[in-house]
Amino acid sequence: MHIVVCIKQVPDSAQIRVHPVTNTIMRQGVPTIINPYDLFALEEALRLRDKFGGEVTVLTMGPPTAEDSLRKALTIGANRAVLLTDRFFAGSDTLATSYALAAAIRKIGSTFGAVDVVFTGKQTIDGDTAQVGPGICKRLDFLQLTYVSKVSSLDLDARTIEVERRSEGGVQVLRSNLPCLITMLEGTNQVRRGSMINALNAARAEVVKWSAQDAGVEDIQKCGLRGSPTVVKRVFAPTPRAEKAKVVEAAGQPPAEALIDEIFKLRPKLENEMFELARGF
Amino acid sequence: MSQPAKPAPQPAGRAAAKKELPEHFKAYKHVWVFIEQERGHVHPVSWELMGSGRRLADKLGVELAAVVIGPTGDATKAAVAESFCYGADLAYVVADDVLTDYRNESYTKALTDLVNTHKPEILLLGATTLGRDLAGAVATTLLTGLTADCTELEVDSDNSLAATRPTFGGSLLCTIYTLNFRPQMATVRPRVMSMPDRVEKPVGRVIEFPLGLVEADIVTKILAFVPDRDKATSNLAYADIVVAGGLGLASPENFQLVRQLAGVLGAEYGCSRPLVQKGWVSADRQIGQTGKTIRPKLYIAAGISGAIQHRVGVDGSDLIVAINTDKNAPIFDFAHLALVTDAIRLLPALTEAFRKRLSAHTRDRIAS
Repeated sequence: MHIVVCIKQVPDSAQIRVHPVTNTIMRQGVPTIINPYDLFALEEALRLRDKFGGEVTVLTMGPPTAEDSLRKALTIGANRAVLLTDRFFAGSDTLATSYALAAAIRKIGSTFGAVDVVFTGKQTIDGDTAQVGPGICKRLDFLQLTYVSKVSSLDLDARTIEVERRSEGGVQVLRSNLPCLITMLEGTNQVRRGSMINALNAARAEVVKWSAQDAGVEDIQKCGLRGSPTVVKRVFAPTPRAEKAKVVEAAGQPPAEALIDEIFKLRPKLENEMFELARGF
Repeated sequence: MSQPAKPAPQPAGRAAAKKELPEHFKAYKHVWVFIEQERGHVHPVSWELMGSGRRLADKLGVELAAVVIGPTGDATKAAVAESFCYGADLAYVVADDVLTDYRNESYTKALTDLVNTHKPEILLLGATTLGRDLAGAVATTLLTGLTADCTELEVDSDNSLAATRPTFGGSLLCTIYTLNFRPQMATVRPRVMSMPDRVEKPVGRVIEFPLGLVEADIVTKILAFVPDRDKATSNLAYADIVVAGGLGLASPENFQLVRQLAGVLGAEYGCSRPLVQKGWVSADRQIGQTGKTIRPKLYIAAGISGAIQHRVGVDGSDLIVAINTDKNAPIFDFAHLALVTDAIRLLPALTEAFRKRLSAHTRDRIAS
């Protein structure tokens, strides 16, 4: 069995700063990590490989420095790493990204063995769109299984897979076919720690580096900014509210009482509504 | 790899974006809202979107259509009728029992076929698990742009959809256009847009559309559906009063102070992202950009500093009360009432004071 896991190297979002004048993101000095959601996808892929045999190839698209994340994934246990990197990919939106990644996955299939399952995290913590997974899936014409919390069973002979999938009101239990693309929910498994042997091997391992041409991208016009139907017109900071919060002064009474007085003074109707709500408990 | 390289095209710059819409897209008119039904119920985000859709359609001088995809029968008929009450001029309906439960294959086919036939200019969906699964697949099939999790939708001076969304984890907002492709697609999370007024309006045009698939054509089968047992967890977005705690609570044990106050108020409780990351509170209680968006009448934030990610999730609240020891905490920039004090000490007192106040209220009522 051959599984491809798509990961993304993302800035640790808690540490991003914005340039006060140009309103651009200051990436310098911001540590990068593997998108945390992708780690659950990687772990699930490794579990299937451990159970059914085969290989896990980890794939990312990004600048040359994204190699760091691939080595981390090798340390955790992936068999092979592919870095798709080319200046023509710069500025890709989710549609252009899915085009390039799908091309790379086809190439991975023809080079290293047919792909049975593609895994990825439910979304990234920087873009937050959850669109690239479905995008890759449609480009490859695979079956789409998003927000998966559990892969319950897999039958390589019958080419079927059963998963539990999160929906708004509950859990769908689905049976589908291979090849499929799965986006994993967070917290679905305990991501393993890399072993010392893996770490040593990862440091020495060759990361496969492909340009657009190497990956067999057919139409460069469908990549990068040029291939992106969405265009960012304006980036701006949220407007500050005109007034700052009114500071509650506890003049001679307990602060809790003073706060409640202020709340009911500002929203007189709330008192009755809260009474109704509280009565229910 | 040894082939002589063709002269490489230059990487595209922003200037490469043409402004003139290709001729075949000029027929794309009207605003559509996908009405999300799951197991016989319309997700409220669909009606919230109808409010935005109505405004966009009025500005463009076009019609607003509801897109209802689901099984034959009463629930789908009710969803169509209800869509007129929330402002739809017409409804496109794909009703087939194959569509009883959501599956990507069947719903993607229904929606892409509808778009290719009836050509909308704008297509809006809720950013729910269903909406995101469907929107990503449909946009890629149609090869058009899709903007996720918008917080504002506008029509600009040349009638393009200007979709604004938080970016870089919510530190900034950006306005995104889909210039040369149609439809212009966007998703919006539940509770970001306010619920429009419901007006009795029993009439509207219905255009039925065939699915063109039978069960045997669909590979993915639904073996079971296990509904959520704990309904309370999903009520956070729709609660009238919400109490939430952040890192200022200092220890997981102190989070019960938040739950106790919520209990006295009949409120839902939530938390900021770090508490989920630390494993103190489960992920379905997270409020903010990557958690739930809330619009309560009263929001009490205890020990939450108010990073922009959190602000995005609570900005629609009617009254925001912030309790924090740091008088420079960003939460005081968007809260309405501030108490600069230690939430760990204040919360028990506040719970007790509310308990007294509300029980006094009960006594007054009984006396009168």
